[in-house]
Amino acid sequence: MALTEKDVLYVADLAHLELTDEEVKKFVPQLDSILQYMQKLNQLDTTNVEPMAQVATATAENSALRPDQARRTFSQQDAMARAPEPGGGCFKVPRVIERS
Amino acid sequence: MDFTNLTIEDIQGILTRREASAEEITRAHFERIHQKDSDVRAYLSLCEDKALDQARRVDQQISAGEPLLPLSGVPVAVKDVIMTQGLPTTCASKILERYSAHYSATAVSRLESAGAIILGKTNCDEFAMGSSTENSGFFPTHNPHDLTRVPGGSSGGSAAAVAANLATVALGTDTGGSIRQPAAFCGVAGMMGTYGRVSRYGLVAFGSSLDHIGPFGRSVRDVARVMKAIAGRDPLDSTSADVPVADYENALDGRVRGLKVGVPGEYFEGLSPEIGRNIEKGIALFEKLGCEVKPVHLRHTEYAVGCYYIICTAEVSSNLARYDGVRYGYRSPEYSDLRDMYRKTRNQGFGAEAKRRIMLGTYVLSSGYYDAYYLKAQKVRTLIARDFVEVFDEVDVIITPTSPILPFKLGERVNDPLQMYLADIYTVTASLAGIPGISVPCGKSKGDPSLPVGMQILAKHFDEARLLQVADAFEKAGGFEVA
Repeated sequence: MALTEKDVLYVADLAHLELTDEEVKKFVPQLDSILQYMQKLNQLDTTNVEPMAQVATATAENSALRPDQARRTFSQQDAMARAPEPGGGCFKVPRVIERS
Repeated sequence: MDFTNLTIEDIQGILTRREASAEEITRAHFERIHQKDSDVRAYLSLCEDKALDQARRVDQQISAGEPLLPLSGVPVAVKDVIMTQGLPTTCASKILERYSAHYSATAVSRLESAGAIILGKTNCDEFAMGSSTENSGFFPTHNPHDLTRVPGGSSGGSAAAVAANLATVALGTDTGGSIRQPAAFCGVAGMMGTYGRVSRYGLVAFGSSLDHIGPFGRSVRDVARVMKAIAGRDPLDSTSADVPVADYENALDGRVRGLKVGVPGEYFEGLSPEIGRNIEKGIALFEKLGCEVKPVHLRHTEYAVGCYYIICTAEVSSNLARYDGVRYGYRSPEYSDLRDMYRKTRNQGFGAEAKRRIMLGTYVLSSGYYDAYYLKAQKVRTLIARDFVEVFDEVDVIITPTSPILPFKLGERVNDPLQMYLADIYTVTASLAGIPGISVPCGKSKGDPSLPVGMQILAKHFDEARLLQVADAFEKAGGFEVA
């Protein structure tokens, strides 16, 4: 496998990153060498091995559950206070639906 | 008297005997920070007024004859990925440059309820991603033992602050070694508890199945005191464990005779000979203390770096999706539409390593590669975790070097991310298995400059008391200064 510029641009698009040409040139060999290194894992036979998604400790399962009750966290004012562009109690973003 | 090189017990003795006030001790720390931190650059922000208020409150409690709390009057530094109400919390990222937290992490509120005085927020690699603190979006931190070298990372600011006496203790975070490795590089003690031991409510997420909050200190007893204060179940973090917290300081009884200490051969391949020499002296010290040293094998160690970087980057790509310029943080000033705003915001806001990891994580999770990378890594993670379960049937603790390399020069490794990742080999294994680990100083290298060497001690799940007992016995036997 060799990673191409096209692959890097495709992944950047999935990740909502707009990379500069310079960044793309730098990332192709860097990401390629890291991904190739990661393929070392294929040396291991993992047939019948369960995937580990989380560290399962004795009590983790029960303690993850709690009653589903509403509780007060932050006021709307608090939640909006750090928005780059708040307005009318909303987060303003560029128009996504065109007027017909 | 210098108040900045003291242990927690020293500080509390001074307060109890009324030899100095908490305010004087706090002021002494800020004076030192103002003198020294222009060289070390451990702190991103200070909260002097708030700290002095807190200190005066402690002094009032003492005047009123109230007993001291476990951390009353103790100056603490907090890594800037941990939320502190009303204070900046930037994650050392331009994307959160002007962000201040509107609530505190549970670990921070527990420190404050125990009487601690927060001095400020420390520098780190952006979003805790890195091993040198050079990935900070603002400036690098310098190693107090040699200012031309890195302090390690990602919690380099917290480690350097404690090493340079700019705080008595500090909070850091560890995902693949980010407490233990900078502790080793800066010659202090740094601990990561079992996965779930410390609540992560208010920790800005990086790798959710791997992230931990933990303490730095200049003595094992200080680390034990802070660990006790922050550990335990928190209803606000569903991954925090409902397991009783032992009295860690009670465990520091020096009774290590007869304990079985495992030494895995896989951790002594390809490391700096200087480090190998010191660790072997450290191991000899355990024999002198009456421990039984046994060779053990952790057979899947060589796969750990690959496994770790697949899993952590996958989690990064999910966790960093929230930085989109909508609800908080930076927003690009110019864009054509919503999608363009996301893309420009993220490209201008994130640094190179954050982008690299988002890219890697997006790739390994993407259609057609998920099974080959992500699922494969989760299976290998099972094998790595099993290695530890088997070895802990035979031994009480495992001893390894913390890092295969000594603190390196600033700029020396930034252009080779794979080399940087490979140096995490001795720390990522415990992170994947979710077991607790501590790094303690194990003498210094012989060359010029003479640089700190760190020894890692690992124990089984929730055996923090054993880990601290062994680390403390090592410290008391002079292990921190082996030569």
